[in-house]
Amino acid sequence: MEATSLSFKENARRAMGDETLQKALGFARTGFQDKRAAAAARLPEFDDLRDAAKAIKDHTLEHLDVYLEIFEQRVIEQGGKVHWARDAAEARAIILRLCKGAGARSVTKSKSMISEEIGLNEALEAQKIRCVETDLGEYIVQLAGETPSHILAPAIHMTKDRVSALFAEAHGTAPVDEPEALLAEARHALRQRYFEADVGITGANFLIAETGSVVLVTNEGNAELTQGLPRMHIALASIEKVVPTLEEACVLLRVLARSATGQEFSAYTTLLTGPKRPADLDGPTSFHVVLLDNGRGGMLGTEFQDILRCIRCGACMNHCPVYLATGGHAYGWVYPGPMGAVLTPSFIGIEKAHHLPNASTFCGRCEQVCPMRIPLPKMMRHWREEQFKRKLSPATGRYGLKLWAFAAKRPALYHLGAKVAIGLLCLLGGKRGRFRRLPLASGWTGSRDFPAPQGSTFQAQWRARRDRR
Amino acid sequence: MSPPADRPRVALFVTCLVDLFRPSVGFAAVKLLEDAGCTVEVPAGQSCCGQPAYNQGDRADTVEIARRTIEVLSGYDFVVVPSGSCAGMLRKHYPELFPAGSDDAARAREVAERTFELISFLTDVRGITGFEASLPARITYHDSCAGLRELGVKQQPRRLLESVRGLELRELPGAEICCGFGGTFCVKYPAISTRMVDDKVTDIEATGAELVLAGDLGCLMNMAGRLKRVGSKVEARHVAEVLAGMTEEPPIGGPAA
Repeated sequence: MEATSLSFKENARRAMGDETLQKALGFARTGFQDKRAAAAARLPEFDDLRDAAKAIKDHTLEHLDVYLEIFEQRVIEQGGKVHWARDAAEARAIILRLCKGAGARSVTKSKSMISEEIGLNEALEAQKIRCVETDLGEYIVQLAGETPSHILAPAIHMTKDRVSALFAEAHGTAPVDEPEALLAEARHALRQRYFEADVGITGANFLIAETGSVVLVTNEGNAELTQGLPRMHIALASIEKVVPTLEEACVLLRVLARSATGQEFSAYTTLLTGPKRPADLDGPTSFHVVLLDNGRGGMLGTEFQDILRCIRCGACMNHCPVYLATGGHAYGWVYPGPMGAVLTPSFIGIEKAHHLPNASTFCGRCEQVCPMRIPLPKMMRHWREEQFKRKLSPATGRYGLKLWAFAAKRPALYHLGAKVAIGLLCLLGGKRGRFRRLPLASGWTGSRDFPAPQGSTFQAQWRARRDRR
Repeated sequence: MSPPADRPRVALFVTCLVDLFRPSVGFAAVKLLEDAGCTVEVPAGQSCCGQPAYNQGDRADTVEIARRTIEVLSGYDFVVVPSGSCAGMLRKHYPELFPAGSDDAARAREVAERTFELISFLTDVRGITGFEASLPARITYHDSCAGLRELGVKQQPRRLLESVRGLELRELPGAEICCGFGGTFCVKYPAISTRMVDDKVTDIEATGAELVLAGDLGCLMNMAGRLKRVGSKVEARHVAEVLAGMTEEPPIGGPAA
C-alpha cells in the first residue's frame, strides 16, 4: 500500500471537510465509547484483568523465541506447517507459492490487518487469483476499491447509503435500504464465494504455543467459513500473536471483546488446531501458518517493545479525539489512530510518517483505555525524539525551540525576554484584552483570539511586592 | 474545616503561562495556600518546566531544564503548581528523565514526591473542604487532560466549588475530552486543534453556563480564544481565581474593565 502519511495535514483537512465521513464518524464516537465503558463497569475485576493481560504479554515477549518454537513444534505434530517470513515480500511469496501449489483460482479471506500490511490482495490479483474479502466491512471496502479506515470496523467511514449504492452496482440488484436487507444481500453473494474458494486465508487473534492452535474472533462467523470450507487454510499471523497457553489466551479474550465493542465475548471465538482429521466431518485438508516478523523482532528490547503487546482492539482510536476528527484514512497507511502513530513509523520509516506521532495532544485517553496498558503517548514521544535527533522536523520550529530553551535555562535572560515580550504585547493589546492577529502566530490566531497578558509578569510583581514589605 | 496546625513551607512553581499571561492566577494560588495554612515562597530562578522541549523530542534541553528546576525547587516541604500539566511534568516525568539509580534521578524523585497540583494539594494534602468566596454565576468545568489522567484531579475542584456561594455548577458533557490545546500541537496542527476546540465550545454553550473554569491556563487560553473568536458570551477563568474570590480582573481574553 502506497503510504500517504506525509500528506497527513492535507488528508486531515479534506477528511474534516467531508460531511459524509463526519456523519459516519459521529456514530462511531458514541457507540464504541459508551459500550466499552458499560462493559468495563459491569466487570469489577476489569482493571485486574488488564494487569494480568499485560503481564502475560510481557512474559511472552521476553521469551518470544521459545514460545514460537514450541508453537511450530505443536503445529507440525498436529499435521500442519509453519512458514517463517522475515518481511512482507517473503510472506507474499510464501502465500503465493502455497496458493499456486493448491491450484488456487479463487481465495476467500477473513479480516486480517497483516494482510493489508503486506499488500496481499494486490499480490494475489497480480497472479490472477481472485481474492474475496468475507468480513462485511472488508467486503464493502473491497467493492469500493478502498482500504480499511479502522482496524476493527473497516468501513466505518461509510454511510448506509453509500453501501446500498455499492451493493446495487456490484450485485446487479435494486438498491435496498434496511441494514438487515443489506446484510442478507452480502451473505447471499458471499455464500457462493465460500463454496468456490480453493484456499481460505485468515489472520489470527492469538496463537497458542501449548496446543499449536490459531484463535480467531469474529462477530460474523465469516472466519469459520473462510477456513473450514476450502481445501487449504493459511493463517497469516505476526510473531507477537503467540501466547503460552489456552488459559492465558482466555484472559486476553476477556479484555479484547470488552475493549473493542463492549461485548463480553465476541459472537464467534474459534480455536483451530491442525488440518481435518479422518473422523472430522469438515475442515481443510492442509493447514499452514505464516509467521511474519516484518521488523517486529527488531523492536524487542527497544523503547518500542511495549507496542508489541497490542491485541488490535481499536480502543485507542475509538477514544482518540484526533482519530475521531479525521478518520483513519488521513493517517495514510494501514494502522490508524494512536497505535498506528506508534507502529507506522516502524514499518515505513519515521521520515515518511513523522506527522503521525506529532499529531497528538498527549491527552492520554488512549493509554487510559488500552487493555494492555501500552504507554502510547510515551512511545509517540520516543518517535519525536528520534525525529528531533535526525532533524526531520521543520527548521523554524527547531530553531524557535532552541532559542526558547536557551532562555529557559537562564533565568535572568528568561525574565528579561519575558519583560520585553510582555511589555510589547501589552502595548499592542491595548484595552481589548486579546489579539485577532499576531505576527508569527497565525497557527493560533487563524481560528482563535490570543489572550493578551495582564501586565508585568507574576515574578516581577511578586518581587516588587516583597521589596515594598 | 480549618487547615492542619503545621505550617509547611511551600514553593509556588508558578508556570510560565501564569507568569507571563495571567499573574492573577499566581496571586490567587498564594491566597489559597496561605488560607490553607502554608507559608508560600516563590523560588527565584524558576522559568519553565521544560514541557515544550520534552514534547518536541528535545531530550537534551529537557534534561538540562529539569536539572535546573529541581535545584531551584529543592528544600521545601512541598512544591505546588497551579497547572495539572506542569505538575504532571514535575511529578511523573522528571524522575524518568534520568538514568535509574543516578543522583539526578534521586533528586528528581525527591522533588516529584513533594509536588502537587494546586487544587488537589488543598483538598488531599491540606484537607480543605471549602473557601469563603462568592460568585453568583452558572459555571461549567473542563477537566484538563494531564491533571485528570496523570494526577487524578477530578472531584477535588468540584468539591471546593460547592463551597462558593451563589455558584451553580452545570456539568460539561465530554468534560474529559481534550480541548485541542496540546502545547505546540495547537499551532502545528491548527485545523485539527480548531475542530477539537469547536466541539468543546459547542459542549460549553450547551450547558447554558456563563463561565467555564479549568485548572490549566493553556487549555483556558485555547478555549477562551475560540469562544471569543466565535462571538460567544461565555467567559473563561482559572478555578483558583474563583475559589480565592479574586474575580475582579477581567476574564481571560476579556477587555480591561
